[in-house]
Amino acid sequence: METEKNQEPFLNRAERLKLSKDELREMYKTLCTIRQFELMADKLYALGKVHGTMHLSAGQEAVAVGIRHATRLDDYLINHHRGHGHFISKNADINLMMAEFLGKEAGYCKGRGGSMHIADFSSNNLGANGIVGGGIPHSLGVGLALQMQKRDQICIAIFGDGASNEGVFHETLNMAGLWKLPILFVCENNKYGMSMAVERVSAKLPIAQRAEAYDIPWHYIDGNDLLTVIETVGSAADYIRSGNGPVFVEAQTYRYFGHSKSDRNLYRSKDEIETWRLTKDPILRFKNNLLENEVFKAEELVVCEEEAVKIIESAVEFAEASADPDAATVTEYVYA
Amino acid sequence: MPEITYAEAIRSALWEEMKRDERVFIIGEDIGRYGGAFGVTTGMLDEFGDKRIIETPISEPSIIGAAVGAALLGMRPVAEIMFMDFVLLSLDQIGNQAAKMHYMFGGKATVPLVVRMPSGSGTGAAAQHSQSLETLLMHLPGLKVVTPSTPYEAKGLLRTAIHDLNPVCFIEHKLLYKTKGEVPEGDYQIPFGVADIKRAGKDLTIVANGIMVHKALAVANRLADEGIDVEIIDPRTLVPLDTEAIINSVSKTGKLLIVHEACETAGWAGEIMAVVSSSRAFDYLDAPMRRLTGKNVPIPYNRVLERAAVPQEEDIEREIRAIVKGVY
Ligand SMILES: Cc1ncc(C[n+]2csc(CCOP(=O)(O)OP(=O)(O)O)c2C)c(N)n1
Repeated sequence: METEKNQEPFLNRAERLKLSKDELREMYKTLCTIRQFELMADKLYALGKVHGTMHLSAGQEAVAVGIRHATRLDDYLINHHRGHGHFISKNADINLMMAEFLGKEAGYCKGRGGSMHIADFSSNNLGANGIVGGGIPHSLGVGLALQMQKRDQICIAIFGDGASNEGVFHETLNMAGLWKLPILFVCENNKYGMSMAVERVSAKLPIAQRAEAYDIPWHYIDGNDLLTVIETVGSAADYIRSGNGPVFVEAQTYRYFGHSKSDRNLYRSKDEIETWRLTKDPILRFKNNLLENEVFKAEELVVCEEEAVKIIESAVEFAEASADPDAATVTEYVYA
Repeated sequence: MPEITYAEAIRSALWEEMKRDERVFIIGEDIGRYGGAFGVTTGMLDEFGDKRIIETPISEPSIIGAAVGAALLGMRPVAEIMFMDFVLLSLDQIGNQAAKMHYMFGGKATVPLVVRMPSGSGTGAAAQHSQSLETLLMHLPGLKVVTPSTPYEAKGLLRTAIHDLNPVCFIEHKLLYKTKGEVPEGDYQIPFGVADIKRAGKDLTIVANGIMVHKALAVANRLADEGIDVEIIDPRTLVPLDTEAIINSVSKTGKLLIVHEACETAGWAGEIMAVVSSSRAFDYLDAPMRRLTGKNVPIPYNRVLERAAVPQEEDIEREIRAIVKGVY
């Protein structure tokens, strides 16, 4: 099945979505910042500075940036293991992210969690999860609590294509549909769960059509087109916030790096990776739109790109200068 | 005897059993082209095809459930759970279903299945990918629990597991996969419930499993130069447990230290102490029994903390000295 495509000229869409020049610039910079974070993470790993694992989201940046732009900063986020992009989009302190990645006491989780478990409760970012599908049912409780507390935020639950085959995914969709909870489900379909292509693990595609069984409206979109993400998620968020119940969005995208630190990409071809990189890259597509439509001059975008590099470099400096946790504190935080 | 790695030993047991018995098949996540998260099943898809190397969606309860169903029909499934931590997702199928069927159905059903699962910390994989949950499984009557410490044992015990008519939890420590050891060519099995004396000694008994066997051995060999003679018992299977071997050893040395990576509270060290204190070995004890275990914490990400969370060689050495000197 083809994703929903939008043929409308870029500028018309940007105008219809009320995206100001400043917002477009800011989003471009965030896309670049996420990409730079992932490239740096890969580099630090190669240099032997990371003890642990990581799941990089290079290639999937538009989903994170689009969701963030189309929802409120105080909406709740439930994240999965490939979560760096969503954190950065939600205005995370990149120094604290990098410090967590390097396992430092100054990190978001005081070095206890690492890349796979970054969380920032003060910004309604309820954390990443190492258990595939583990966070999905939390959205039910967040939705219920928001209703009980009579608040108008929504819960955004992010997960991958692979997670949609865990039992809790189906249980959660059923309860969310039944109780009309304020949840935006976003399935980031990057074509593979580890080595398994979606076609090899799903009885019927797209994944989003599963929502129909639970009376939840769904969309299957091109997740590498930033404006499409913004448009779909924006209207979904309005619908949810107005009390109509959950919406399911499946965003088609692609991950460039291997699944985690060790992956020889035996399950996909170099050609496939190159094609996505060269012809469907979310940052390149957005950049080309901005340049072709003369929203910005090339030099203006270069400034954004350089800023992104600087942000990441100084985050590494901060993280490397930070201390390891003290071994004597290993038993802290087991109980509140 | 050729030296092979722990991972290769497991693969060769699987390989030979699949050649020997058409009923044996493997089911799990990313076990084909990818070869499993730790490469154990590398090359098996090409040899045996996708009808016997069955790659599943990410659905742990149903992986074990499917294995249970196939076992009931006389097949010999070997299920792979990518990290032992994910056993918590399948616990109903393992604990309420597989473990209980033989008893609950009056001995009329058999569930001959093996669940392989990598355990342990040391890779920086943090709280949800580093646990040692063997005690949890030991507490469920009907399950057998195996924790091989060397390539030789991994192969011999896995073959026995596949032949066994009961559900067997086969726990592989992930830091052991690349360790090498001698493995005989050809057929051999290691019976369940028979401990191995990894080092004979007269001053103190250490009972340790998995990776802790190696740490204890390294320390014992160092302390031998100082005249402290440690005996190391590797139970190899925690269920069934070779209580005689432990009782005999403690009766000889009069001192006991149990070392495991799993958390302390309700960990299996307590079980060993109970066995010893209610046996004839109790009369021979001339020091309090001690345990050195993982701390009661989720495994942290940071390397310094991760090390501090589980017993290291220096901790073992400190404990041995304390027991021998009688100062704690
Ligand atoms: C319950 C559970 N099963 C298996 C794994 C191992 N694992 C980690 S990520 C992953 C693939 C997940 O695929 P998907 O949900 O599509 O997310 P992606 O990694 O593609 O972003 C697997 C199998 C896990 N962490 N948790």
